[in-house]
Amino acid sequence: MGCEPLPEDRREVVHVHRVEVALGGRTVLHDVDFRVGEGEFVGLIGTNGSGKTTLLRAILGLQATTAGEVIVAGRPGRRGGPVGYVPQRVAFDHDVPVRVADFVALGVDGTRLGLARRGRGVRERVEAVLASLELSALAGRRIGALSGGEQQRVLMAHALASRPRLLLLDEPLANLDLPRVHETIAVLDRVRRAEGVAVVLSAHEIGPLVPVMDRVIYIAQGGVACGTTEEVVRAEVLSALYGHHVDVLTVHGRVVVVEGEAGDPGAHPEVVVR
Amino acid sequence: MHWLVEPGFWSNPVVGTALVLGAVVAVVSGAVGVVVVVRGQSFAGHALTDVAMAGGAGASLVGAAPLVGFLLAGVLGGGSMEAAGTERVRDRDVATGVVLGAAAGLTALLLYFVSSSSSATGSTQSVLFGSVFTVSPSVVPLGVAVAAGTLAALFVVRRPLLLSSLNPELAAARGVRPRAIGLAFVVVLAASVALSALVIGAILSTALLVGPASAALRVARGLGGATLGAIAAGVAAVELGILASYDSFYWSSAHRSVPVSACVVGVILVEVALSALWSRARARRG
Ligand SMILES: Nc1ncnc2c1ncn2[C@@H]1O[C@H](COP(=O)(O)OP(=O)(O)O)[C@@H](O)[C@H]1O
Ligand SMILES: [Mg+2]
Repeated sequence: MGCEPLPEDRREVVHVHRVEVALGGRTVLHDVDFRVGEGEFVGLIGTNGSGKTTLLRAILGLQATTAGEVIVAGRPGRRGGPVGYVPQRVAFDHDVPVRVADFVALGVDGTRLGLARRGRGVRERVEAVLASLELSALAGRRIGALSGGEQQRVLMAHALASRPRLLLLDEPLANLDLPRVHETIAVLDRVRRAEGVAVVLSAHEIGPLVPVMDRVIYIAQGGVACGTTEEVVRAEVLSALYGHHVDVLTVHGRVVVVEGEAGDPGAHPEVVVR
Repeated sequence: MHWLVEPGFWSNPVVGTALVLGAVVAVVSGAVGVVVVVRGQSFAGHALTDVAMAGGAGASLVGAAPLVGFLLAGVLGGGSMEAAGTERVRDRDVATGVVLGAAAGLTALLLYFVSSSSSATGSTQSVLFGSVFTVSPSVVPLGVAVAAGTLAALFVVRRPLLLSSLNPELAAARGVRPRAIGLAFVVVLAASVALSALVIGAILSTALLVGPASAALRVARGLGGATLGAIAAGVAAVELGILASYDSFYWSSAHRSVPVSACVVGVILVEVALSALWSRARARRG
């Protein structure tokens, strides 16, 4: 399933070109094709098991593709590219003895072998990233001692520390309460503007992302549909993507996506917009 | 001071060698041990001591220095453990357990041959309980060289090692090869285990590896502080253990001294207990 071309004024940071991924003999992603432009904020929306994690790992070079290719910043995607990553559900044990600032510094120099000490440049970058994510107060704490939400914010700082062109976040909102969800999105929006980094954030709910997203990539049945929210979250587009009828309703000013036929006991409101 | 340090302690060259070698080994064990605890590889460390024990027994059988046997067996066993193991924790545990069982069986067999050959008197003792007082002075340079090489290797890989220990997926995404790093670390671990087996014996060398490190990790905040703390605790345990073992000769009229390994482990247990009390007190203070 294809996707609109990039807005004219954006340079491309990633091109996922007709990618297919098979896991355990099953095709999980099929003919997935889209581009993300510099500094764009893109939501990758789909239900559990729709292939969000698989797609992000394919962009990172962690998941082999069975067809197609991924181009990151003009070069074939590979591990160690200019991509920051916040995996789904990372939790550090309570007794992990690493300070927040040291962990974020590993985002810059964690791949470096050698005897050299950590330079001033690295330490300054760490301070700047911690400040922009409002984490300066936690710099000296052990990462294991932080709450889940704080750890996730620290992981974002780690991912941003190396000044990536693209930041991939896998369901970073899943375990946050609503005020934290909005706060996190606001911080990410500010940071991507300040750093010029493109953000691709996966989620199963589109609602909180609508105000900041440039575009949405909707993923279902192994394929994607993408465009602006208005272009994608429509009954015809989502029905074609799902391969069966989907309703998009407006209820009290919020958009509700209902999958399945009316009267179907399995039907459930799946995505809420605005 | 007489009641604390029995006569001849400072002037005895055997004691001098023991103190130097013991300190060197404790430094390596402390630094490596912190990473072992952070990676959750204590079990692998323990399996490596069994592998090293088989190597030490084999070396005594052919008349070579136990340190050489400890080292060769540890590196081979550790390498194959890491190569066979996968990233799944359970598979890794099983691979480690299989190696451990095989090594223990082999050790028993080799020690049986060693103890029934009259030329190798005392070898079983030194493989099991260490030989810091009887080590031949010619082994000391080898021990110091292995220690220096081990520390240097650990220092060179420290950042990718830490990153892949904290989260292999993050490390892999950044281009670190966790398997390669894991293999490098297991060689470092095998060398460290071999050194501590030389001093306090194979049976108890896990204690020197993990004890001071876990105590320091409870007390220190960051990894650098924990490493320095583990080194200090390890050196203190080994030196006090050597002193206590030496002194113990004079404690009873029978003049039977307590083995160094037992004394060192005694001090380590005290350190671990103190750190537990300390961290509990800190938790109560909030
Ligand atoms: N290692 C695997 N082997 C076989 N199937 C897998 C594997 N990992 C994931 N899958 C399947 O691939 C599909 C996509 O999974 P995933 O990308 O994790 O979805 P999401 O992140 O959207 O929840 C799911 O149906 C899942 O069951
Ligand atoms: Mg997922």
